[in-house]
Amino acid sequence: MMAEETRPRANRWKRFSDWDDRPLRLDQFAVEDPDNGFAAFKSPHDPKPGFAIEAGRIASMDGALARDFDMIDVFIARYHLDPEVVPEAMGMPSADIARMLVDMNVPRAELVRLAHGMTPAKLADVVSQLSSLEIAFAYGKMRARKTPGNQAHVTNAKDDPLQMAADAATAVAFGFDEIETTMRVARNAWSNAVACAVGASVGRWGTLFQCSSEEAEELKIGMAGFTSYAETVSVYGTEKSFLDGDDTPWSKAFLAAAYASRGIKMRCTSGAGSELLMGFHDRKSLLYLEARCLCLQRAMGVQGTQNGGIDGAPVTCTVPGGMRELMAENLIAVWLDLECASGNDARATESEIRVGAKILPYLIAGSDLICSGFGSILKYDNSFNASLLNGEELEDYLVLQRDFESDGGLTPVSETRVMDLRARAVDAVSAVLVELGLAEPTIDMKQSVIAASGSDETRTFSGREVGRISETIKDRNITVIEVIKALAKRGFEEEAQNLLNLVRLRISGDYLQTSAVVRDGRVVSAVNDPNNYQGPGTGYRLSEARREQIVGIRDVLTRPEVLRVESNYRSAESSRILYSTLGPAQPTKNGRDVVIGISPAFGVKLFQTVAGHPLSAVLRALIAGIAEGGCTARVVRMRHTADTSFLGLSAARLAGSGVGVGIQAKGTAVIHQKDRLPHNNLELFSNSPITKLDHYQRMGFNAAAYALGELPEPVIVPTRGEAMGSRYHARVSLIYAIETEMTAEGAEPEEIDVAFLGAAA
Amino acid sequence: MSKDHLSAADYPLAEKRPDVVRTKAGKSIEDITLDGVLSGQITLEDLRITSTALRQQAEIARAAGRPTLAQNFERGAELVDVPQDVIMRTYELLRPGRANSKTELLTAAKELREAYGAAAIASFIEEAAEVYERRALFKRRY
Repeated sequence: MMAEETRPRANRWKRFSDWDDRPLRLDQFAVEDPDNGFAAFKSPHDPKPGFAIEAGRIASMDGALARDFDMIDVFIARYHLDPEVVPEAMGMPSADIARMLVDMNVPRAELVRLAHGMTPAKLADVVSQLSSLEIAFAYGKMRARKTPGNQAHVTNAKDDPLQMAADAATAVAFGFDEIETTMRVARNAWSNAVACAVGASVGRWGTLFQCSSEEAEELKIGMAGFTSYAETVSVYGTEKSFLDGDDTPWSKAFLAAAYASRGIKMRCTSGAGSELLMGFHDRKSLLYLEARCLCLQRAMGVQGTQNGGIDGAPVTCTVPGGMRELMAENLIAVWLDLECASGNDARATESEIRVGAKILPYLIAGSDLICSGFGSILKYDNSFNASLLNGEELEDYLVLQRDFESDGGLTPVSETRVMDLRARAVDAVSAVLVELGLAEPTIDMKQSVIAASGSDETRTFSGREVGRISETIKDRNITVIEVIKALAKRGFEEEAQNLLNLVRLRISGDYLQTSAVVRDGRVVSAVNDPNNYQGPGTGYRLSEARREQIVGIRDVLTRPEVLRVESNYRSAESSRILYSTLGPAQPTKNGRDVVIGISPAFGVKLFQTVAGHPLSAVLRALIAGIAEGGCTARVVRMRHTADTSFLGLSAARLAGSGVGVGIQAKGTAVIHQKDRLPHNNLELFSNSPITKLDHYQRMGFNAAAYALGELPEPVIVPTRGEAMGSRYHARVSLIYAIETEMTAEGAEPEEIDVAFLGAAA
Repeated sequence: MSKDHLSAADYPLAEKRPDVVRTKAGKSIEDITLDGVLSGQITLEDLRITSTALRQQAEIARAAGRPTLAQNFERGAELVDVPQDVIMRTYELLRPGRANSKTELLTAAKELREAYGAAAIASFIEEAAEVYERRALFKRRY
């Protein structure tokens, strides 16, 4: 005994080693530490909400006197705060306003009006009182445009214009309202712009397009007519971060006016964690700094914001409450009546569970643009870095839409449609490259791109060639007009017209209004599609037509499909086994008589188990096992039940041994004994998808052993915890319905003579 | 064109009020056709927004309760006819540390006011000059 007790004890529960191996552990978490900027909602250094007005002007704000205002304070006090509303809004207890945000009877417009009189500290104080659920609810109520939408990244690791066009057309087909590109190599901006503009004109028109590049270059590309929006105009919540970002509120506001003057839709970008990453967080909470950024953006007069961590999302998600904070800052954005492209872009975690949890509130609450860059391409092709959701996971997202009957802005597309569009896009951009004398793509290049999931699989232009194409476009001052002409001249009139339709939007400027996107050729924004949520039955609801689109994912099982598969097995089985009905089954007194009770459709309408074993082989294995165990098998077809337990119990009651096996056509089986309650069997084999012929044979052997009064080792069907329910349940339910349809109350069991024909399957 | 202010009911203008939507050369949206582009009658200049359109959108934004957005459109309206290089130069000058003194910004403001009638933009730059001086931003950063 002493030896046992002194043996060294293991130093670790091995489960921690298992956990070490999970992707989650690649995420780094940080301790809450306001002094070093790591605090989501509250820092002791955050100012208390406050104000003073003298002579109609803001004399102090959140504890700072006007003469001490930094440049951000000045701008907010001068342009955001409405002195007429400030006393009223600032005078209301934050808890009361928080309740109004989640009160469906308080109209959005009233809350927006009050926000014009609230300082950054006040806005942060209010939303910090809401739980995650309340924030999501308030977000759904407060977002500006009623109809939700989504935005995609379209980039590739080679900056290949052929792939850019194919992937742009693909993203457009999946329903993205906006697509955004950027480059691996800055000089390739013009090539990317032309390729995406052409690709996005395939299939339908109206998808807005952005080419994220250096500010002056981006504006030039916009002037040439290729792009329709911009969103990389960043603002920051501390003065020093702003200056390191090489701008001031005035320079950024000037840029905003410049974009408007060129008829280009624009939003700013801000997000929690940027000041932390830039080293000037002033010991303030992430939410308070972000509230400053958002007030500033409304003050600048931009229509919207790309907001919700963005590049700072990963660092924000390292602190307690980080994901809740990202939702809270988005709520402030929409409360300030800004269009919100709500982040969900930079991949903030390696854990797929955290990814799914992160996206869900946005999917069910809706957002102007749920992701401000859903990676429509593969992770390695994303020149912004991988997104929260990527080409790899796009179908997961489509299924989430279907699960929650929630409009995430995307629509499933069939394989053939995608192939057609990709081919058309590659042909269209090739036509433009040839017509404008920029390049001569070969058939091999084109074909490799059309089929490629990502750039690893393409045989296309070299980096040098792309650079030359791009610089030629720039040097020759090629504009959208030349591209439209080239498309039309080479037989792509539809694409030419689509591209022209998009550029023509600039003339009226309708799409400069808050939250504007283009749907079915119409500009839809917060002006003509305002969010009017006031409780159930109001706000955005899935129309029947839209619901039909969302539920239309691929490879959906139907009853005819199940029957078709089964009928394929019928003829094969008819050459292996012959079932002959001998009349009503009778009990026997033979102590070695073990009855196999088969289900109504067994070998009649259904011919294989879920695991794919022919039913003839399963019966052969059971009978062989019973014989091996020293008993005799008798086959009886039950017609009054299809339930495994009752099949088994009925069989046991007919058996002279008192032991029976019940088996359904799908392969689920039970060993039963005549004196037991229906669901208290001897052995159950419920995992039919992984039950092998050998298991059925051992099951027969054990049934014989029970019949002879022995206690055999139970048969274990090894499982590794597969999600078998999700794989098989739809099919199993349809199969089982075929069985239950054949049952008749009070129908007598039938004695069956089984003859095996030829060799085993 | 009506003298009344436009409202949300007039939006989208291209759809509800095509009568008030015109290019700089006076063309209507219907005139902007693919044939026109192919024959060379439509140029990039015809696909530009006008200051009138921006002021119209400002009226709609104001009517929809978005005064700051309206102000941005009004500032934008003043920049429509300002050449690209002047815009980029002004933007550059407004960035921190580019102007060495308040005077440089005030000179730029004056030019925009006098040469392009950009009164709101000019006041905006003058305001920036005041703030930059108080926050000591007239120092070289590189």
